[in-house]
Amino acid sequence: MSTYFQGIIILAGINLIAVLGLSLLTGFTGSFCFGQAGFLAVGAYVSTLMTMKLNMPFLISLSTGMMATGLISILLGYPTLKLKGDYFAIATLGFSEAIRLVIENLDKVTGGARGIPGIPTRTTLPLVILMAIIATVCIRFYVVSRHGRNCIAVREDETAAQSIGINTFRYKQISFFINGMLAGLAGGLLAHYVGFIQPSMFSIIKSTELIVMVIFGGMHSVTGATLAAVVLTALPEVLRTAAAWRLVAYGAVVVFIMVVRPEGLLGSWELSWTSLRVLWLSSSSRLRLLRKR
Amino acid sequence: MFIQQIINGISIGAVYALIAVGYSLVYSVLSFSNFAQGEILMIGAYIGFFTLTLLRMPFSIAITVATIGTGIVAILLEKIGYRPLRLRLSPLLYFMITAMGLSIFLQNFAIVTIGPNFRTYPDVIATKPFSIGEVYIGRLDLLIFVITIISLTILTWFIYRTKEGTAIRAASYNMRVASLMGINPDRIVSIVFFLAGATAGVGGMLFGIKYTVYPWMGILTIKAFIAAVVGGLGSLPGAVIGAFLLGITETFVAGYVSSALRDLFSFALMILIIIIRPGGLMGVITQEKA
Repeated sequence: MSTYFQGIIILAGINLIAVLGLSLLTGFTGSFCFGQAGFLAVGAYVSTLMTMKLNMPFLISLSTGMMATGLISILLGYPTLKLKGDYFAIATLGFSEAIRLVIENLDKVTGGARGIPGIPTRTTLPLVILMAIIATVCIRFYVVSRHGRNCIAVREDETAAQSIGINTFRYKQISFFINGMLAGLAGGLLAHYVGFIQPSMFSIIKSTELIVMVIFGGMHSVTGATLAAVVLTALPEVLRTAAAWRLVAYGAVVVFIMVVRPEGLLGSWELSWTSLRVLWLSSSSRLRLLRKR
Repeated sequence: MFIQQIINGISIGAVYALIAVGYSLVYSVLSFSNFAQGEILMIGAYIGFFTLTLLRMPFSIAITVATIGTGIVAILLEKIGYRPLRLRLSPLLYFMITAMGLSIFLQNFAIVTIGPNFRTYPDVIATKPFSIGEVYIGRLDLLIFVITIISLTILTWFIYRTKEGTAIRAASYNMRVASLMGINPDRIVSIVFFLAGATAGVGGMLFGIKYTVYPWMGILTIKAFIAAVVGGLGSLPGAVIGAFLLGITETFVAGYVSSALRDLFSFALMILIIIIRPGGLMGVITQEKA
């Protein structure tokens, strides 16, 4: 397999990990997070500094990055998750901008706007695939569990969810925490794959890309998010010539999806034995009908 | 130095006020944050810029064109993006996502078509400041302040003294009951978006004159949002007070602490207000009922 192709798969896997968290938070719990890049940045910088300054082994710096990001999302979620969605969306957006500013101004530690070059590249293809699969499976089973159903209840109607005894704040906090952990993991993997990080990598554009993946694939489907993460990472590589128009198209697609098909590509369809069997049975019965005619 | 900072703060606060008012207006009727407000501001700034430079119109005509043009653009955006969602009674999350989509689209469309460079307005007013004792007041700052006050006065007059304004206020209490009273919701929403767009257009042009015009100036929405939250989301006087407060805080932080930390401070101010007084300075805390 060529390194170029491998690179695309690695990037798709990293994006997938970040998108899964966002899918849980925005798609299943209904809290619109517009600052995923900020969490990626925290994960990337913390794990990089662990590797470069403290000479920690890769897995330890990765998990430290995850922990740090998770902690920050708890701290940020405490004041903002209690309020209505708008506050939360802007708070996350403001947070991600603030993180970028902090990184740019902490010259001595983070290298400022110039970034940190020469990070040892430890992220390998098998590792990314393994992490992505673990994350996908975990999220997939989390959303069908009792807790996942509670999250969906919070999304559908917070007041009603509260009235049947669901601690809505707690579930939003858990989703936010998981999202932060996954974003931190993705950030760490990204830093140790590219070998170079700088604040401009974690701008609003990155947040936009990730949230578009969630919306495009279907907000209520882990399978959809997975599919969208892979397709939308590979697509720009194919369409290199139209790179400038990519974000224009992203914006238009988001509006189009919301207006025409708000449930996204797959809606709430999930990949499972039952759904596959249903699909198979319905298509075979359709075939039989066609033959009869 | 101290009074000088306050004057600078009022000048930038005036621009924030113009965006925040439109923001709060939309919020009060549709109860969602129109993230695309910043991009509408950007469109206003470009309309003003091109009427001044390409068509060589005088300033007074340019600002009128920018105001009305931006208002119309805002109505069109509402018809394309939000109206289908309104008719379907979609959850608020979808409105926010659409707003974000519109914002990404407009911003990048401007980058691709107009170009990512910063553009400077031609001088519309003499740059020489006049002084009162030790304090220098830029003619431009004064112009911005006067135009802001005029726009806000017209807006207040419209909302509190006309029939349409009464309808808007009724709709902000309860859209459904208002429509039972013979108020056409579509028309009210269009008027609201026109007003929000028009004030953003004025604000965009003033911002462009004071600083520059560039495609991603829509990021100012964050400032407008902070101002609106500080003042109380949905309250127009609150938005104005919050905007001036934010403008003055920012110039003080930039002047006495560090200009790099300015945005961090305004963000912290918002978080602080959310924690201490979630309804904002002028807002009312409404409990959600089933």
